[in-house]
Amino acid sequence: MDGEELTEQETALYDRQIRVWGANAQRRLTKSHVLVSGIKGTVAEFCKNIVLAGVGSVTLMDDRLVNEEALNANFLIPPDENAYRGNTVAEICCDSLKDFNPMVRVSVEKGDLSTLGLEFFEKFDVVVIGYGSRVTKKSVNEKCRNLVKRVAFYTVDCRDSCGEIFVDLQNYKYTKKKLEETVECELNFPSFQEAISVPWKPFPRRTAKLYFAMRVIEVFEESEGRKHGECSLLDLARILEIKKQLCEANSVSESLIPDSLLERLITGTTEFPPACAIVGGILAQEVIKAVSCKGDPIKNFFYFDGEDGKGVMEDISNSFTSS
Amino acid sequence: MASQQQQSAIKGAKVLMVGAGGIGCELLKTLALSGFEDIHIIDMDTIEVSNLNRQFLFRRSHVGQSKAKVARDAVLRFRPHINISSYHANVKNPEFDVDFFKQFDVVLNGLDNLDARRHVNRLCLAADVPLVESGTTGFLGQVTVHIKGKTECYECQTKPAPKTYPVCTITSTPTKFVHCIVWAKDLLFAKLFGDKNQDNDLNVRSNNSASSSKETEDVFERSEDEDIEQYGRKIYDHVFGSNIEAALSNEETWKNRKRPRPIYSKDVLPESLTQQNGSTQNCSVTGGDSMVSVMPWLGLKNPQELWGLTQNSLVFIEALKLFFAKRKKEIGHLTFDKDDQLAVEFVTAAANIRAESFEIPLHSLFEAKGIAGNIVHAVATTNAIIAGLIVIEAIKVLKKDDDKYRMTYCLEHPSKKMLLMPIEPYEPNPACYVCSKTPLVLEINTRKSKLRDLVDRIVTAKLGMNLPLIMHGASLLYEVGDDLDDIMVANYNANLEKPLSELPSPIVNGSILTVEDLQQELSCKINVKHREEFDEEKEPEGMVLSGWTQVPATNGESASTSNNEKPADVTESSSGSETASKKRRLSEIEPSNHKKETENVESDDDDIMEVENPMIVSKKIRVE
Repeated sequence: MDGEELTEQETALYDRQIRVWGANAQRRLTKSHVLVSGIKGTVAEFCKNIVLAGVGSVTLMDDRLVNEEALNANFLIPPDENAYRGNTVAEICCDSLKDFNPMVRVSVEKGDLSTLGLEFFEKFDVVVIGYGSRVTKKSVNEKCRNLVKRVAFYTVDCRDSCGEIFVDLQNYKYTKKKLEETVECELNFPSFQEAISVPWKPFPRRTAKLYFAMRVIEVFEESEGRKHGECSLLDLARILEIKKQLCEANSVSESLIPDSLLERLITGTTEFPPACAIVGGILAQEVIKAVSCKGDPIKNFFYFDGEDGKGVMEDISNSFTSS
Repeated sequence: MASQQQQSAIKGAKVLMVGAGGIGCELLKTLALSGFEDIHIIDMDTIEVSNLNRQFLFRRSHVGQSKAKVARDAVLRFRPHINISSYHANVKNPEFDVDFFKQFDVVLNGLDNLDARRHVNRLCLAADVPLVESGTTGFLGQVTVHIKGKTECYECQTKPAPKTYPVCTITSTPTKFVHCIVWAKDLLFAKLFGDKNQDNDLNVRSNNSASSSKETEDVFERSEDEDIEQYGRKIYDHVFGSNIEAALSNEETWKNRKRPRPIYSKDVLPESLTQQNGSTQNCSVTGGDSMVSVMPWLGLKNPQELWGLTQNSLVFIEALKLFFAKRKKEIGHLTFDKDDQLAVEFVTAAANIRAESFEIPLHSLFEAKGIAGNIVHAVATTNAIIAGLIVIEAIKVLKKDDDKYRMTYCLEHPSKKMLLMPIEPYEPNPACYVCSKTPLVLEINTRKSKLRDLVDRIVTAKLGMNLPLIMHGASLLYEVGDDLDDIMVANYNANLEKPLSELPSPIVNGSILTVEDLQQELSCKINVKHREEFDEEKEPEGMVLSGWTQVPATNGESASTSNNEKPADVTESSSGSETASKKRRLSEIEPSNHKKETENVESDDDDIMEVENPMIVSKKIRVE
């Protein structure tokens, strides 16, 4: 059990949230280290939330230079060109985030996530990838899984007014309150690779369409060598082609994925701030739960769609095929 | 989603936000990022340290400043060219009248109390401006949309009123810790340190009431040179010892209840705690009355720790001593304040000793403070999620997307895989006295109850009227206002003290009253029914107001908006609810985790959900 008590300052500041998740959870939070790579609107929201929650440290990675585009939906970047010129997104966000809670260590790490080795990831308890290629996400997830220490892995992606969160907590033991008692639970999460490669045919009928749509877009960006969000209506034909190929390969009807949905996702390349707030909030809650090992986690995808206003969980693994 | 039409609707919109706290900060930020350019924000509060864990627009250096103003300044820093007008004021002020509300395209609430919400609801109805309501507690939250004539107004469904307890439970037969807190806070603390002229139910009625009342008055009086510690122990022995013994002498009370045990200081504490003069000097007094505290001096560092009877008793005596030693001037004027550390310590200790007496589990200072201070537990994430949902609804309102409005619930545990659950709004309740002008029924003893009782308990408390006006036929019985002349005021004051049946225009069985609030533009009719007797325990106020004519009583429990994942039963009598419109929804009676899932709806158009609404309060027959 943790020997250190929360300081008086921490207890006063965190009073309202300690009443939600308890002092033990708060103690664990203050010792946790979070790595965040790829900061757009949703991840900015996520960072704000975990800094306020009082994590031990947040390490930011995003070497893009700040430009007008980066300002969109990101309230961590003051729109003063003189101030931000020449700085990276991570650097500017770092300064803003420090302000929210001086007790959290916020820092910047430069470089390419995919080149970093195991020793780097071992420093963290949580890794969050905001945008990145499928290849990068896969390789980072594998490294997290190869460590002895359990590192929680998340990806998050918001396009138009939709959002996807992926969660991998590997073999996860936690507690939760059931009626008046505390019960112990255990879950096993599939890896990122496994979760995105599950054959489509055996999926339950009501599975969120966004899952499939995002896989199509993933393939598109990879095969066309595009950066995250680098697409437009002009690409619709190519996207629909890819959709056709994937559906055929999976022996499912093309009607599984509405064209209108794909159209939305590629036209709305700028993030929708309300969706950022919602998805960034859900993601932060998940990280807080995972660090404190308290409460049922999302297993293993979460989808939000601003059109219908639903926020749903999907449990996607190879267990579909085994029955 | 950012179509041209949508963007221009947003850009040209004038929005009012009420509340710049937990939801408000997140909302203002998201509105600004979403392209809103004309935002007005009202909040009467100033910033406190405990806000900083989630109200991220504020910094430590802002403590004490106006929330509305600081929020505005903070958001202008990342969106400098938009217009934000801040008002450091109470939304109930007369300046925010119907004309004020009429200038807005939509009103967004981020409030934390029922009273203000009802007030804003009424003004929005009067001004015919759409209202988006919201609330959060811990991990739970909801967003609802209210459009006059199209959806329910905020008051169409009764909201749970703050919990009150029967007097005798507090004074004589507590069974829960909260009863002990209420006793310690509203009775003991008030008696010792509050206004002496206030009525106080502290003293237990015992069989020999004749002699006891004079004695008890003397007990609480402290003479100038009476030793503080002696006084403290005397009070201790009185409330935890002899009062309990007196209560025990009422055999009837304890026939089916566990008897409390009297506790005397001599059995718990040493003869004398410390040298009188030395003790109080050691207590930390580091600036400001609210910094005075006994815990550090007693070596009690952790507010989450459970104290035993001895420790609680020490805190009780020492805290009392400290009030007299360091805060003498305030005695006689104090009200309990959750941010007054010494008051919290005293109330915790007193409640715990009483709990010990009645074999109720003790609680830590942290827990006691939460109960006594009605602290709402809160985190940033839920507020952020709710703020996002509010903006989405606001945009729909601006685009007049009538079919798309949703009430959205943010759940802690998923319901049918959903953590965010939208449902269609309900149509207005034809029996709602606020938006549909249905009369209410009041059962009251017209010979015994005075007009003042009616004003305080019904018009102000239940109907939420600010500046009421009461008419019986053509006779104006009572009104509140700045422009009244002395004769009128005297007349009204005289009326207040009269039993209803003795008023200039007597109110008797069958009378119909008109009660109005001109600021809220709300007018209600109340049908009065005379009733002789009221049950002291179940109807402690001696009057019953009812107004929901079509709904039968449910299981009685209303869903609270916190911690209660067990969905309320929202049942409607079969005939009344089969109304034509598909929007008037019949919810399922089964709770959402019932095995019989409605998997039979297989269509992909899953928009219309037949789903249990965990947040809706069950419709009660009585408005309590």
